[in-house]
Amino acid sequence: MPDLRELYQETVLEHSKTPRNYRELRTANYKAEGFNPLCGDHVTVYVDLDEDAVRDVSFQGSGCAISKASASMMTQSVKGKTRAEIEKLFERFHDMVTGRVSADGGDQSDLGKLSVFGGVSAYPARVKCATLAWHALRAALKGARETVSTE
Amino acid sequence: MTVATKSPSQNAKSPIAIFDAHKIRGDFPILHRTVNDKPLVYLDNAATTQKPRPVIDAITRYYESHNANIHRGVHYLSQFATHEYEASRETIQHFLGASDASEIIFVRGATEGINLVAQTFGRTCLQEGDEVLISEMEHHSNIVPWQMLCAEKNAVLRVAPINEQGELILEEFEYLLGPKTKIVSIAHVSNALGTINPVRKIVTLAHRYKATVVVDGAQAVPHLPVDVRALDCDFYTFSGHKVYGPTGIGVLYGKAALLEEMRPYQGGGDMISSVRFDKTTFNKIPHKFEAGTPDISGVIALGEAIKYVTQLGLDGVAAHERDLLRYATEGLSAMKDIRLIGTAKDKASVLSFVMGGIHPHDIGTILDQEGIAIRTGHHCAQPVMDRFGVPATARASFGLYNTREEVDALFNGIEKVREVFA
Repeated sequence: MPDLRELYQETVLEHSKTPRNYRELRTANYKAEGFNPLCGDHVTVYVDLDEDAVRDVSFQGSGCAISKASASMMTQSVKGKTRAEIEKLFERFHDMVTGRVSADGGDQSDLGKLSVFGGVSAYPARVKCATLAWHALRAALKGARETVSTE
Repeated sequence: MTVATKSPSQNAKSPIAIFDAHKIRGDFPILHRTVNDKPLVYLDNAATTQKPRPVIDAITRYYESHNANIHRGVHYLSQFATHEYEASRETIQHFLGASDASEIIFVRGATEGINLVAQTFGRTCLQEGDEVLISEMEHHSNIVPWQMLCAEKNAVLRVAPINEQGELILEEFEYLLGPKTKIVSIAHVSNALGTINPVRKIVTLAHRYKATVVVDGAQAVPHLPVDVRALDCDFYTFSGHKVYGPTGIGVLYGKAALLEEMRPYQGGGDMISSVRFDKTTFNKIPHKFEAGTPDISGVIALGEAIKYVTQLGLDGVAAHERDLLRYATEGLSAMKDIRLIGTAKDKASVLSFVMGGIHPHDIGTILDQEGIAIRTGHHCAQPVMDRFGVPATARASFGLYNTREEVDALFNGIEKVREVFA
């Protein structure tokens, strides 16, 4: 039986209670919404992209502890990274939460703090919660430049 | 725990004087399994109910001994299967209090029942500018089919509001009725709130304006006795799997006079009396609406499910579930961090709630670790969530086999949720 503490690690709970970069980003030139029609969770990710690197990133929305914490920690970990670096990080993250890379085995040093989401792999129903903000971020980065949204 | 369902004087007349949920649990094989090393506490009955042994056996028996296509063979098995299939229709006719078995149409579930009415009756009766009236508490299946129809016909979908308790505001509903109202479609019991709507009153009001009334009975039929003639509704639909029958089978009741006037829903075998390339004549009701080989085993097993609840007695079931709902409501109301969503005076056994600062998904995952199955999310009723300003709720819903001990397990599970998020 999976241990709840593996899913709800202290860091995860802490980020869900006080999410970082939880705001609208006035300087954003990219923005996308992530929506899970099955549960109604939604998140908006704002990105200020300078050339090819993320200068600033933020999010807003409503969701469970896992999705909020994941969005919060994602914004911290992608700041300063390029699109290609973010894509690679997402793939590693996705592999981890879907159990393709074991949570305790394998080198996860490149995931850094994000490795606290390793426990999600024991809860398949929660993978979408952990990846919702990431999908929104990737959609934002792929978005056409004319979708600039700085009201 | 045992709950007396009737006064002592009535007990003598009742075949099952005492409603004993513990004993009834013996009829449901799945209730004896564990989930995450804990005994299963199944509190997701508004999503689907578990199946008693007679229903499971009916499916096996049909495929092992009687499998044949219906309404077309002269051989023994076909006649036997036809007989069982039509006997089930009669069981359901009596269960709903319909005048005739031909008023009972088998569909895949309440969703298909509503779509059938929208696409046949609705398409013929609605003109540009006409109105369809629903309520704010409807399940998506009683919103979207009417939205699609109204878009096609340039008709208007009107929505009667609900109050803070989650009750339909009858004065507002009446105000929205008018000469342009052609169809009123309303849930008998709300799946997200548990509210029991005063269908008889609604029908009387709607009929004053000559509107046709469709009732979504998916959440009502498992919990309270339904008599379509007493309600005087024009259509009534429910899903088999929510009343201890199989998935994929449901019922649409319609008044014979309406059904006879309606166009068929789908074309194919069984729904015709003769086919020529220049002209086809349609079969009589109910067969006109049952094109193709139906879910024969599903119909037969649904008949068994209906017999099962009828034998237990829906009055007893309702009394038992009322006791559980009262017990659970009192317990949750005493918890300061819990807000109940849906506090109608007249309620069926649905308990929707939110918990201060903790998302329903997290509640659901933690309860699941305790073997407790509840539903979390918007319950296919997003407008209800919007109405109460919540993105989702946690929902415990009781069935006839649930016990007070299981409600206690829910309380303990909620305490676990608090511990994790402390």
